[in-house]
Amino acid sequence: MLSNLRQLFRCRGLIQILVARELKARYRGSVLGFFWSFVNPLLLLLVYSFVFTVIIQRGEIVDLEPYAVFLFCGLLPWTWFSASLSEGANALLVGGNLIKKVMFPAEILPVVAVVSNMIHFIFGLPILFGFLWFYAIPLRLTELVWFPVVMAVQFILTLGLVMVLAALTVHFRDIKDLLANLLTLWFFATPFIYPMSVVPPRGKAFMDLNPFSHLAISYQEILFYDGPFGHWKWLLVLAVAGAVLFLLGYWLFDRLRDSFADEV
Amino acid sequence: MPAIELDHVTKVYRRHGRRRQFATLKSALLTGSLVKHLRPDESFSALRDVSLTVPKGACYGVIGRNGSGKSTLLKLVAGITKPTSGVVGVTGRVSALIELGAGFHPEISGRENVFINGIMLGLSRREISDRFDEIVEFAELEDVIDAPVKTYSSGMYLRLGFAVAINVNPDILLVDEVLAVGDEGFSLKCLDKFAEFKRRGKTLLLVTHGLSLVERFCDEAVWLEAGQNRTSGDPTRVVQMYLADVEQAEDQHLAAEDAKAQRTPVTQAPPGPMSEPAAEGAASAEPEETADVSEPEAADDDEPPVDMFVAKEGRWGSGAVRIEQVTLEGSRGPAHVFHTGEAMTIRMRINAVHRVDDFAFGVSIFSSDGVCCYGTNTNIEEMESESLEGEGEVVFAIERLDLVEGTYKLDVAVHKRDGFSYDYHRLLYTFRVKSRIKDAGIYRPRHVWRFTDNVRFKKPDDRSDD
Repeated sequence: MLSNLRQLFRCRGLIQILVARELKARYRGSVLGFFWSFVNPLLLLLVYSFVFTVIIQRGEIVDLEPYAVFLFCGLLPWTWFSASLSEGANALLVGGNLIKKVMFPAEILPVVAVVSNMIHFIFGLPILFGFLWFYAIPLRLTELVWFPVVMAVQFILTLGLVMVLAALTVHFRDIKDLLANLLTLWFFATPFIYPMSVVPPRGKAFMDLNPFSHLAISYQEILFYDGPFGHWKWLLVLAVAGAVLFLLGYWLFDRLRDSFADEV
Repeated sequence: MPAIELDHVTKVYRRHGRRRQFATLKSALLTGSLVKHLRPDESFSALRDVSLTVPKGACYGVIGRNGSGKSTLLKLVAGITKPTSGVVGVTGRVSALIELGAGFHPEISGRENVFINGIMLGLSRREISDRFDEIVEFAELEDVIDAPVKTYSSGMYLRLGFAVAINVNPDILLVDEVLAVGDEGFSLKCLDKFAEFKRRGKTLLLVTHGLSLVERFCDEAVWLEAGQNRTSGDPTRVVQMYLADVEQAEDQHLAAEDAKAQRTPVTQAPPGPMSEPAAEGAASAEPEETADVSEPEAADDDEPPVDMFVAKEGRWGSGAVRIEQVTLEGSRGPAHVFHTGEAMTIRMRINAVHRVDDFAFGVSIFSSDGVCCYGTNTNIEEMESESLEGEGEVVFAIERLDLVEGTYKLDVAVHKRDGFSYDYHRLLYTFRVKSRIKDAGIYRPRHVWRFTDNVRFKKPDDRSDD
C-alpha cells in the first residue's frame, strides 16, 4: 500500500494533465468558456440568496447580514465537496475504458475528480473575496492563514470519502443514486444556509457529528464573522479523522483494485 | 531470459447475471433463493491453465476463435487484470495496442490528446515533445492536429492512437487485431513498423484472425481454444491445425443443417404463389422451380432467374418415388466442406413403393447469390427411363469440383420427364468449398500459366494448389 501511495505521488504529472484536460474539456464549445468557472458560483449565489432572503423570510436571526456573504462562505466549499463526491463515485465507471484497456493506476481517477473540483473552488474565490470587499467585511491576516489549512482538511476528507465511494460503486451501482439523495439531505443538515445558533440543542450533537459542519463553520469564522478563529480544535480533530479516513479509503481501494478491470 | 512467461495461468470471471432473474421479490424471499442467487454462482474461465514462454525478440502469434481467451491473455500480459491463479512474468516496458486511443478525450485537440495519451502510456512530457513530430507524421494528421478529436474520422482516430502507442518505444508490444480496422495503406504501414520492431530485437505479441499474417510474420504461435492451449510452436503447423479444426466444425454445422433438412415435411405441390396442383399433363403450366432443374433451357422463358433467397427451400412431390437420404461425400467419406478440385459424390437413397416407368433424376448446384452453377437431369442427358421399383441408390459423381471458394446449395429431384415431381428437394443441402487461392467468379477451369524467360516472378510459392 505504501509503495502504491508513493506511486500515486509519482503520477502527479498525469494527475496534472488529466485535471487540465477535465477543465479544458468542460467548457469547450461554450461561448463564455472559462468564464463559466466564475459565472457559475455567482449565479448559484444569486439563486440561493433570492430564495432565502425574498421567498423564505428568515425572521429574527441576528448577526447574518449580509446574508449573501454568509451563505457564500459555506456554499462554495459545499459545491466543491458535493461535486467531488458525485463525480468521484462515478469516476471509475466513467473512466472504465482506461482501466480496462490501458495499464493505468486507477486511483488517479478519483483524485482527478477531487482536484478538478478544487480548481473550480479556487476560481470561485475571487467572487467570494469580491463580495467580502464590497460589503467591507474586515479580514484579518491571522485568521486568513487558517484558510489554506481548512482547504487542506477538506481536501483530505473529501479524498478519503471519494476513495471509498469510487471503489464500492464499481461493485454496487446503487450507490450512485443513493448518494444523490444523501447529498441533498446533507446539504440541509449542514449549517451554511442557516447559522448554528438556530439549531435546537437536541440537533446540536448531530450537527457536531457532521464533518462538513465544522468545515462550514471554519470558513464562516475565518471570512464572515469578526473575532478570532475559535473553531480550530474541531478543525484539528477533523484533520486527524480525515487522514485516517483517507488511509482507510486508500486501503479499501487498494484491496479492491484488482477487481476493477473485471467489474467496470 | 524470456520476455513473457505464463506459468499455469487461469483467469476466472464471475457472472452476476442471476440477480435480475427473480420473478418477484416475494417468491425470492419465500423460496429463500434470494441469498442463494446473490452469490456469484456462475463463473467462467477465460483462460485455463495456460503456460507459454515468449523469448525476447520473438514475434508470437495468438490465434483462436472468438471468445477463446485471446484478449484476456493480452490483458494479463499488459497487467490490466490479474490472473486468478498462476504467474505472469513480463520483463521490459510493455505497450498495449488493445484499444487505440482509449484515453482520448473527444472535446480537446489531437495535440493535447497526444500528450495525455503519451503520459498515460508512461512517457514523460519531454519525451513526447521530442517525438511529437514523428507521431503526427506517422499518423498523417499534420493538418488537423489542433482540431478536437471528436471531429476526426474513425480512421484518423485510430492512426493517432497507433502512432502514440508505437512511439512509446516499448520492449514488448502487444497488438490486438489492430490491422483489421485500418485501411490498406495503414495496415501496410503498421506492418512496416512491426517489422522494424522485430529488427530491433523487440518482442511482439500479436492477437489476430489474419492467419496468413501469423504464418508470414510470426516465429511462433499458440492456438487457444476455450481458454486452453490447444497447441503451440511453429506458426505454419499451428495455423494448419487450426484451419483443419475450423473446417471440421463447419462440416459438423452443415451436417446438422442437413439433418434438419432431411426432416423437412413433404408437400404435394411446390410452395409459394405457383402452388396450383401440378396435375399430370400440366406441362404447359410447369411450376417455376421444377422447370429450372429438369429443363435448364426453360430459363430462357420470361421467368425471372431463380434467386436463392427468393426461391423457398423445401420439399414437395407426389411421393410415388422418394429420395430418402442424400449424402455428400468427399475423397474421405461424408463431408460438407470440400476443396476446389476435390472429388464430390452425391449419393441418394431412393424408394419407389410401386413400379414407375416415367422418371428422371436431377441435380443442380446454386451459388450463395442464387446463380445456377450447374443443372442437369437424366432426361436432358437422353437417358430414357424404363422401370424403377423398390429401394435403390443413385450416385452422382463429380470427378473434380472446380468451383471457387464459397457456399453452395444443392437441389436434388426425381420427377416425371415432363416435370411432374415425385420428390423434389429444393436447396435443402449446403456445402462449402474452400480454397487457398481467392480467385473470383464461380468456376475455376484447370489451368497453368506459361511465360517466356524474360517474364520473371519472385521465388515461386511453394504452397500446393489445394
